[in-house]
Amino acid sequence: MLTFTIRRLVLAIPTLLFISLVIFLLLELAPGDPMAQVPLTVPPEVKEQMRIALGLDQPMHIRFWKWLVQFFWIEPQVLVDHVFGTSFSEGDPRVISWQTRSPVMDIVMQRIPQTLWVVGTAYVVGILIALPIGIYSAYRQYSWFDQAGTFVSMVGFSVPPFFSGVLVIVIFSVNLGWFPSIYDTTLVVDDWASFKQQLMQMVMPVMVLALQITAQISRFMRASMLDNLNQDYVRTARAKGLTEYTVVMLHVLRNSMIPVVTVIALGVPSIFGGAIITEQVFKVNGIGQLLIGAIQANDLPMVQTLAFIFAVLIVLFNLIADVLYGILDPRIRYD
Amino acid sequence: MTDPLHEKATDPKDEVASLAAHDPVAAIVRGPMPDRPPRSQWLDVWDQFKSHKGALWGGIIFLIIVLGVFIGPLFWTVEPTFIDIRARNQGPSLSHPFGTDQLGRDILARMMAGGQISVAVGMAAMLLALFLGSFVGVIAGFFKRLDGPLMRLTDLFLALPLLPLLLVMMLLFREPLNAAFGPEQGIFILIVCAIGITSWMPTARIVRGDVLALKEREFVLAARSIGTTNTKMITRHILPNVLSPIMVSATLGIANAIITESALSFLGLGFPPDFPTWGRLLFDGTDFLQQYPERVIWPGVAISLTVLSVNYLGDGLRDALDPRIRGR
Repeated sequence: MLTFTIRRLVLAIPTLLFISLVIFLLLELAPGDPMAQVPLTVPPEVKEQMRIALGLDQPMHIRFWKWLVQFFWIEPQVLVDHVFGTSFSEGDPRVISWQTRSPVMDIVMQRIPQTLWVVGTAYVVGILIALPIGIYSAYRQYSWFDQAGTFVSMVGFSVPPFFSGVLVIVIFSVNLGWFPSIYDTTLVVDDWASFKQQLMQMVMPVMVLALQITAQISRFMRASMLDNLNQDYVRTARAKGLTEYTVVMLHVLRNSMIPVVTVIALGVPSIFGGAIITEQVFKVNGIGQLLIGAIQANDLPMVQTLAFIFAVLIVLFNLIADVLYGILDPRIRYD
Repeated sequence: MTDPLHEKATDPKDEVASLAAHDPVAAIVRGPMPDRPPRSQWLDVWDQFKSHKGALWGGIIFLIIVLGVFIGPLFWTVEPTFIDIRARNQGPSLSHPFGTDQLGRDILARMMAGGQISVAVGMAAMLLALFLGSFVGVIAGFFKRLDGPLMRLTDLFLALPLLPLLLVMMLLFREPLNAAFGPEQGIFILIVCAIGITSWMPTARIVRGDVLALKEREFVLAARSIGTTNTKMITRHILPNVLSPIMVSATLGIANAIITESALSFLGLGFPPDFPTWGRLLFDGTDFLQQYPERVIWPGVAISLTVLSVNYLGDGLRDALDPRIRGR
């Protein structure tokens, strides 16, 4: 198992390098000019100076290499400096955003807590709702509960977040006036009242995201339970005279959780990606909104770094899912 | 498989024995005769599909939406771009069943025009993704040497952050394509290509798995032994047998493409404002959310209903095309 994990980790490095190259080339070969936003009154020689200041005069491979060094060598040093108070990275050039002229990773670090709060809560809530639904729908297959569960998850698949988000705003914010429609990121939680306010503004984005997560995971849970409920070991367990609760909740559930756990792990990065739209709807000041803003402002270093962070998340959680599968299911040991 | 007629036909041993007792030569010449005409595979599929109520209704609703969107403008002849500033912001009435927007344009006409683009984008992107996916899947499954590289490529594509990349592609390639093909054609080509290129991977994986299993079957060996070339083998024997997973991914592909296009339009990176798609209408409607929530609800319901019906259709097709479930 350890060799497998190490092999996968080693294999992840060329994958990530290739992905970073793809993202870089996509941004590079695309016929867009980062100077397009500069007013026309600026004379061409000043524009040329600006290009040189941004490092755009150097050839492509050198810029790619510089970005790699900055992202993989200098940024980790900055992190170490920040944690331990050392000064490894002093004077080294960091990945600089063209929009704000400050290091990209600093801005990302400012934005991550908002995304993590909303998306993380939604993921946990979604899983907590999905598991019981999946278990009970499989146990009572084709009952009205199962049919209703199927319908709800179909709706969850089909209603895109930019519609469900707007819909809950219309219902709960405009008509009923229960929750604020805009997420206030400047809110500081220091007492009971502000904590309640934080909860109130989180309800709607979490609701929208959790609907999608519930739809997916409850389907997987149901299918996985159905696969296991007809197995011989379940009949044996019943024949031994175990109670129905023990059979379902201990024997069947444990075995059914194996694929579901990996699906949960695989879903984490896609939730970050899907949260871009939800963040946009509720004006949550998170990573997704940062990306949209950077794309609209033609801020290439920011877009490149953010897209690469998403790619790292995907590769990382794929790896975690594979390793988890091996740990949970002793029949599948890869070596 | 329990109808009595069919059982009689599948029980040839008795028939042969009884015939042979009377006239052995005639029995050999005539052989056991089926007592009803052969049923095609597609009739069986249709029977199974009909019994799946959700799928049937999904198919009907999807057909109604597509017909309404494409034939509707023949009956509802108001121009979607006609501006009647005096009749702006009206509620539903006889002359404007869905009301009018802030410039007095008829929302029903705009919904139909938007639906045409949304459905066309969904279909075209699905066809492109299907073509790429089936091509990669068949080639990877059929030719052992290409399997490794192609599947690594698929894994790489699966590891790409798709929505961010789509957004970047939309931003960067919009201008040159607009210049080359005109604003409407250019953005259509861009969106279809972007969605197609980023959504072929699941199809490729499923098709490859099926092709790998098919390749070991006896009929492929038989075809090989009579000298069938690789091209003929793929077109005559492999492709028809992997048609069912391809059809299921086709339905799911339409749903995915429609949602992605609407998401892009919603983020302001899709079609320009004068070409209304459902996503764009929804995006424009959010500005008037407080006063006129129905302007958001119409396009939202249209998108959701289309995707829901297509998803149910795909669910039913999957059951109908899987012979292991058929007849249950």
